[in-house]
Amino acid sequence: MSREWRLMQGNQAMSEGAIYAGARFFAGYPITPSSEIAEECSKVMLKIGGIYMQMEDEIASIAAVIGASLAGAKAFTATSGPGFSLMQENLGLAVMGEVPCVVIDVQRRGPSTGLSTKPAQGDVMQLRWGRHGDQSVIALCPATVAECFLMTVKAFNFAEKFRVPVIMAPDEIVGHMRENFSLPDPGEVEVINRKSPSCPPTEYLPFVADADGVAPLASYGSDYVFHVSSSMHGPDGYSNNDPANAFWRVAQLHRKIEMHRDEIVICKTFSTEDADVLLITFGATTRAGRAAALELRKRGIRAGVLQLITLWPFADKEVAMLGGRAKTVIVPEMNYSGQIAGEVQKVLGNGADIRRVNSYNGEIITPQDILQVV
Amino acid sequence: MAHATGTKYLKDGVLPHMWCSGCGIGVMLGAMLRAFEELGCKNTDTVVVTGIGCTGKADDYLVTNALHTTHGRALAYATGIKAFNPKLHVVVVMGDGDSVTIGGNHFIHAARRNIDLTAIVINNFNYGMTGGQVSGTTPGGRFTSTTSWGNPERDFDICALAEVAGANYVARETPYHGWELKEHIKEAMNKKGFSLVEVFSPCPTHFGKNNEMKQTREMLDWFRDRGMPADRYRKLSDQEKKNHFPIGRLVDRNDPDFSSRYEEIREKAIGGSRGQE
Repeated sequence: MSREWRLMQGNQAMSEGAIYAGARFFAGYPITPSSEIAEECSKVMLKIGGIYMQMEDEIASIAAVIGASLAGAKAFTATSGPGFSLMQENLGLAVMGEVPCVVIDVQRRGPSTGLSTKPAQGDVMQLRWGRHGDQSVIALCPATVAECFLMTVKAFNFAEKFRVPVIMAPDEIVGHMRENFSLPDPGEVEVINRKSPSCPPTEYLPFVADADGVAPLASYGSDYVFHVSSSMHGPDGYSNNDPANAFWRVAQLHRKIEMHRDEIVICKTFSTEDADVLLITFGATTRAGRAAALELRKRGIRAGVLQLITLWPFADKEVAMLGGRAKTVIVPEMNYSGQIAGEVQKVLGNGADIRRVNSYNGEIITPQDILQVV
Repeated sequence: MAHATGTKYLKDGVLPHMWCSGCGIGVMLGAMLRAFEELGCKNTDTVVVTGIGCTGKADDYLVTNALHTTHGRALAYATGIKAFNPKLHVVVVMGDGDSVTIGGNHFIHAARRNIDLTAIVINNFNYGMTGGQVSGTTPGGRFTSTTSWGNPERDFDICALAEVAGANYVARETPYHGWELKEHIKEAMNKKGFSLVEVFSPCPTHFGKNNEMKQTREMLDWFRDRGMPADRYRKLSDQEKKNHFPIGRLVDRNDPDFSSRYEEIREKAIGGSRGQE
């Protein structure tokens, strides 16, 4: 049987990926350049037994997503910088209460309202550190329409498997780009569902992890009755101010991600085996980076590309291995401050030859921009 | 028949509760649990969603499902729960800060959307947990720890706000009227669509102390003397109304709720026709 190929937009592919992964609840608030995701969901959810809700703001959107997830839904929202900022406090509740959900942040140029239709990669640090308190999150960044689909499925899988919020953070270029894509058949791509409790309902403790570091999660309305709290809570979900309990809780939230770090960190490499010049890219800069690497090879310079799909946790081992044996590392990114370059520097040290290529005017980074620093 | 006590919904070993003596939150909680019992609510099909502040601590006393959320956002969380599983009883317990100050936007939109939630709001006219600061329901001129010389702003009438925003059911009671409070919570929970029960509450520790009602008794007397059943209140002159507030059932209507409307539209979508509006 021949596959059906469709010209598909990145935003649409993320919406399709979410539905493929089993998402049946979307709550959001319109914002450029993410609105196509909401529009798509508003139509599809009605037909597949799901719910689409347009909330009064992004604060309510992520709150409703978390509520629906606790009622048993695979749930998600989509936004851009200003809305992502508004979501931070409640996203912290998803971390604290260990509630699976997915947030798509289609990055646009700031600060503030900024250039609302133009691409950027300025939220990298906000993805990691945007919330108050002390916590770890998972953030993924696709570079192609196919990756928009596949990494959204992956984002739901991580969310469900580890009981965490997962952030998808494409830039506007990738969100609005169109490429040929063929939707996988059901079952072709792995879909993971959250682990449900199997103990007798009276014995269920929603915050006691199994050996894999993750506790089973019941749904409101099931035979299991449970509490979830934004406040520090004990194994049963009830408030608990004991320092020993807080010590255990906070560490557990970090450790379950650390334990599975190698599964979570996804990278791709292109001609890195012998690379003297290593380009470290993510999102749209991967496309310019690969073109630049090919051009450098033509000129006799051994160049390769390390594409970071998982931005957080950071691919420190991979950067150390490939960056450590390259003579020069180049980090192109659509921000002024070199948010990924700084992480690369942390790994490779101040002595490394790390060259930054930054665009912060809402314009794409071209292969020529990258070639100029070699 | 024995009277409902509601104690089967109360977690073992949690009493005495944390609220100050004279506070109305315990009376509200007792009325709510008695209402649960009389309605036959099960722990499995009931979710209590709370916000932050004194009232937001209510979930710690309950053995039903519960979600303790962020400040002001309880209704938005509850909206997601109810929209995805309309069979659940979702009761949202908030203070005046949660409901109409930091969370005012969610309050008016939950009412506009007419989603089938029961909101129970303890209004003690100030922020009790943080030390008695001014809130969106502190009456003009009143004294709080951040309006030492009197509040320059006006207060929200929470019930009036819910009414104009589209709630199907609105009632107000006080801890002086415990039995009526329980009855109104039952009516609210039985009503399809958005319901609000506002509970005026003494805060002797802060609001009362700052406003010459240091004894709980004085605030309860104030509720007793000023609270007036809605039908009598409506007959008062504008001048007389200034000395009273209406209690009891204030709004009772049957507009379609969010989930019913959504399912109607789903049928059209599946049928492929927008139909007639």
